Amino acid sequence: MDIEKYIASGVLELYVAGALSAEENLEVRRYAQKHPEIKAEIEAIEKAVLAVAKKASPGLSPDSFSKVKNRLTDVMPLPPEKSEEKTPWSSYLGWAAALLFAVGLLWIYLENNELKSKIEVVNEEKQSLEEQILKARSEMTYTEQLLNELRDQNVAVVALGGQAVSPESYAKAYWNKEEQKVYIDAQGLPEPPPGYTYQVWSLKLNPLTPASIGLLDDFVDNDTKIFELPNPNESEAFGITLEPEGGSDTPTLEQLYALGAVAS
Amino acid sequence: MDLDTLIARFKNKDMLAFERLHDMYAENICGVINTIVRNPERAQEICQDVFVKIWQHSDSYDASKGRFFTWILNIARNAAIDEVRSKSHKNQKKNLQIDYFVGIVEGSENIEGKVDAIGLKKLLKGLKEKCIQLIELLYFKGFTQKEAAEELNIPIGTVKTRNRGCISQIRKKLKL
Repeated sequence: MDIEKYIASGVLELYVAGALSAEENLEVRRYAQKHPEIKAEIEAIEKAVLAVAKKASPGLSPDSFSKVKNRLTDVMPLPPEKSEEKTPWSSYLGWAAALLFAVGLLWIYLENNELKSKIEVVNEEKQSLEEQILKARSEMTYTEQLLNELRDQNVAVVALGGQAVSPESYAKAYWNKEEQKVYIDAQGLPEPPPGYTYQVWSLKLNPLTPASIGLLDDFVDNDTKIFELPNPNESEAFGITLEPEGGSDTPTLEQLYALGAVAS
Repeated sequence: MDLDTLIARFKNKDMLAFERLHDMYAENICGVINTIVRNPERAQEICQDVFVKIWQHSDSYDASKGRFFTWILNIARNAAIDEVRSKSHKNQKKNLQIDYFVGIVEGSENIEGKVDAIGLKKLLKGLKEKCIQLIELLYFKGFTQKEAAEELNIPIGTVKTRNRGCISQIRKKLKL
């Protein structure tokens, strides 16, 4: 910018007079801070105006300032009183707001923790439900397989009736001769007492020759009560006896629970 | 201590800084008031009012709005104009007579003994009447550029350049 031209425009004289707009005042001040020549010019103009004003003055009495000062003390007490009244109130408000904020934060924190633990519980439930579904599916698959095995056309069904020791008992044998497998459905047998287990026998009738084909182990835990056992024998009948755990070499005939002959 | 520091201390209610500023400007401010109220005793009283007022409102001074002197000048003019209005019941700033300086310079104004009429005459001697009128309107009566242009019946642009010329003449005499 052209500083000389700016000074010559007369804007600075109006600045000292207070005859400029707020924007113009800001502009002049900015230029004055940037350019020392402009600041010096303003000060010279101000001095000239001060000189004219001084010549028009009736002068001051020597106690002029003390008169002003005395009047100040009359008015002065007001502002501090006002601020004293104001300060505690606003500071209490500040503390109250801070406290409220802290309580709010704590509440949000606790609420958040509670929600987190709820989510954990829900997640656990979800996981256990998923496991149950998986278990149910695999049980279903197993049951389907079993059903297919039992429906096989090579399977001979043998009904085993209850005997003297337990007339209400019954069982069924599904014998697949081709695959040399027998499925025992033990649904109709009572739970064996502790320390005992059922043992399944393949029998030849003439003469009566029993051959053990296996134990119905884990009887209580087997939900379907269907047990798969190998049977390579040319069986003519199947019998189930209660034997001490681990089974016996020969059947204890007093504890014969179910017996049935294979239809020829 | 420079002016900016003084003003900063004054804004912080520093009584010593206030006294220094009073000593720097009070007499001149009294002069401004006197040209309007034309009563030296009353002018001195109003002058005190003005300084009480600026102390009470010291925090409202904002350097971005103008010079510190200009701020006091404005408060002083308003106080003096209020005084004249309350007496004359006239509501227009323009109703204030503008021939006070001219009267002094031409010797027709009967001023009271307290004012340094000879000194003022000497300072304004050689300045055209137009100049004296313009200075009075802009600095002592607080007219805006537009109001001064209307009052003196001159184009608004002329106000700025003419005023610059008038102030320059005074500066020459004062060797500023």
